[in-house]
Amino acid sequence: MSNYRIQGATGDWEVVIGLEVHAQVVSNSKLFSGAATAFGAEQNSQVSLVDAAMPGMLPVLNGECIRQAVRTGLAINAEINRWSRFDRKNYFYADLPQGYQISQLYHPLVGEGTILIDADEKAGIPEAKHIGVERIHVEQDAGKLMHDQHPTMSYVDLNRCGVALMEIVSRPDMRSPAEAGAYVRKLRALLRYVGSCDGNMEEGSMRADVNVSVRRPGEEFGTRTETKNVNSVRFVMATIEHEANRQVDVLEAGGKIVQETRLFDPDSGTTRSMRSKEDAHDYRYFPDPDLLPLVLTEEFIEECRASLPELPDAKRARYIEQLGISAYNADVLTAEAEMARWFEKVLDNGAEPKQASNWVMSELFGALNRLGKGIADSPVSPPQAAELLALVADGTLSGTLSKQVFEIMLDTGDSPAKIVEERGLKQTSDTGAIDAVIADILGNNADKVAQYKDGKEALFGFFVGQTMKAMGGKANPQVVNELLKKALNA
Amino acid sequence: MSVDHATVRKIASLARIAVSDAEVEAMVPELNAILGFVEQLGEVDTSAIQPMTAVIPNTLRLREDVVTDGNIRDAVLANAPAAEHGFFGVPKVIE
Repeated sequence: MSNYRIQGATGDWEVVIGLEVHAQVVSNSKLFSGAATAFGAEQNSQVSLVDAAMPGMLPVLNGECIRQAVRTGLAINAEINRWSRFDRKNYFYADLPQGYQISQLYHPLVGEGTILIDADEKAGIPEAKHIGVERIHVEQDAGKLMHDQHPTMSYVDLNRCGVALMEIVSRPDMRSPAEAGAYVRKLRALLRYVGSCDGNMEEGSMRADVNVSVRRPGEEFGTRTETKNVNSVRFVMATIEHEANRQVDVLEAGGKIVQETRLFDPDSGTTRSMRSKEDAHDYRYFPDPDLLPLVLTEEFIEECRASLPELPDAKRARYIEQLGISAYNADVLTAEAEMARWFEKVLDNGAEPKQASNWVMSELFGALNRLGKGIADSPVSPPQAAELLALVADGTLSGTLSKQVFEIMLDTGDSPAKIVEERGLKQTSDTGAIDAVIADILGNNADKVAQYKDGKEALFGFFVGQTMKAMGGKANPQVVNELLKKALNA
Repeated sequence: MSVDHATVRKIASLARIAVSDAEVEAMVPELNAILGFVEQLGEVDTSAIQPMTAVIPNTLRLREDVVTDGNIRDAVLANAPAAEHGFFGVPKVIE
């Protein structure tokens, strides 16, 4: 139970949140045409006559988009509807040449499912919580408008027009900005695991419509507002916070909440009414007469199921239970599909899971942070990481030496074995060489040896340091310890 | 079911069609006549019949996900009243 409350002048208010997330489906071509979907192409170069809604053009459904939506549905344990249908949602806007969006209102492809958000004590989510997903349907995206290029005209680019979207509609199950943030992050991670959406919010691949209402705890739902096209987790949370407080202010001043569409302004962190959309809600949906019903075979659905990778919740459990990795490390390593894939490649190359997870979490993440890089452009590859870990495991490298070698790997991209070989960074357990150095040091520091023998045992560290220094950091620390003790106690 | 003047004006506005008062006057009885004609279908008992989605007993075919179209900007923009720098130009629409 979330105990997030807005403290009003007249008492506490609870916030109720539902999210409609639009996720762009990963596909080469559009939902109903053979034009390309790549981001950043020259304006209107990826537009077919179907997308431009020229008379007589007919839509032909892209099977891959359906496959990806079904896989997404299966990943959230949702019902897959064997029979679904496309409807026309009618409205006029300059970014929509058809005058209607092909969508699925009455018979969506995917039905009821659920997404688990993890407990996050610090964010005020005391325990893991299931957020219901009401449906996922498939629909067309609209084009893009540019308003600042000409004094009296808006420019229209239809490249995005007709690209497939999944609209993922949650139940009004969230009760705080933190829960909504966790939901979007988990959904994004799932989509990236499944590979059905790249989750790139900066490029607009994922956008959320945020439904917010407030009520006295335990009472009926209040009237909600919908804030459109919010494009980051942070903005989703800011929208909820601002909108909930605004509604409480209106209600406490004796006003009423109007069900309306609002816009989030990232600069001020506030929302405002979109008056022009007031009567646009009359969409006059009807079945699209250009499209037959979509019927899926069991075979198609089973193929979709078989193609799913191990998903984050299952992966996390396996890391903890079978690989003996700590819960915290498992959380971080499974949060992103790319991260988990990288880590598992290290294991495939023979690394021990616990040792590897600790090394990734401290050394690798430290280095990537420092370099401002993500896992995808890590200068060190998984096989190289495994090789480095193997050199530590077999005693060739000490912890300190391995850090040194890792730094050189980051700089040069060379393999650790090559670095060790060329720079002679190999740890030595050659007792003869170490003994000779120790004898020298004890000889040159007779006063300190005497103090040590008088009981000043802290000086042991001094001797270790001197020996390691004389050995260029390459002596096996354990061997140094043993030999020093022997020499000092002789 | 029947429509009045206000409904006709609303439908026209949603369809972005300008209609004069005289046209609304004429259209109300016309639309009501059409609705009345269609409503004869209500006399048939359809309680045990599934709504029909398509007139042919067939289902959607799925297309392969390959790029087969696009790169025809000139053709796409050929009929645009105002095309500039490869964009459609439209009267400024902004909130």
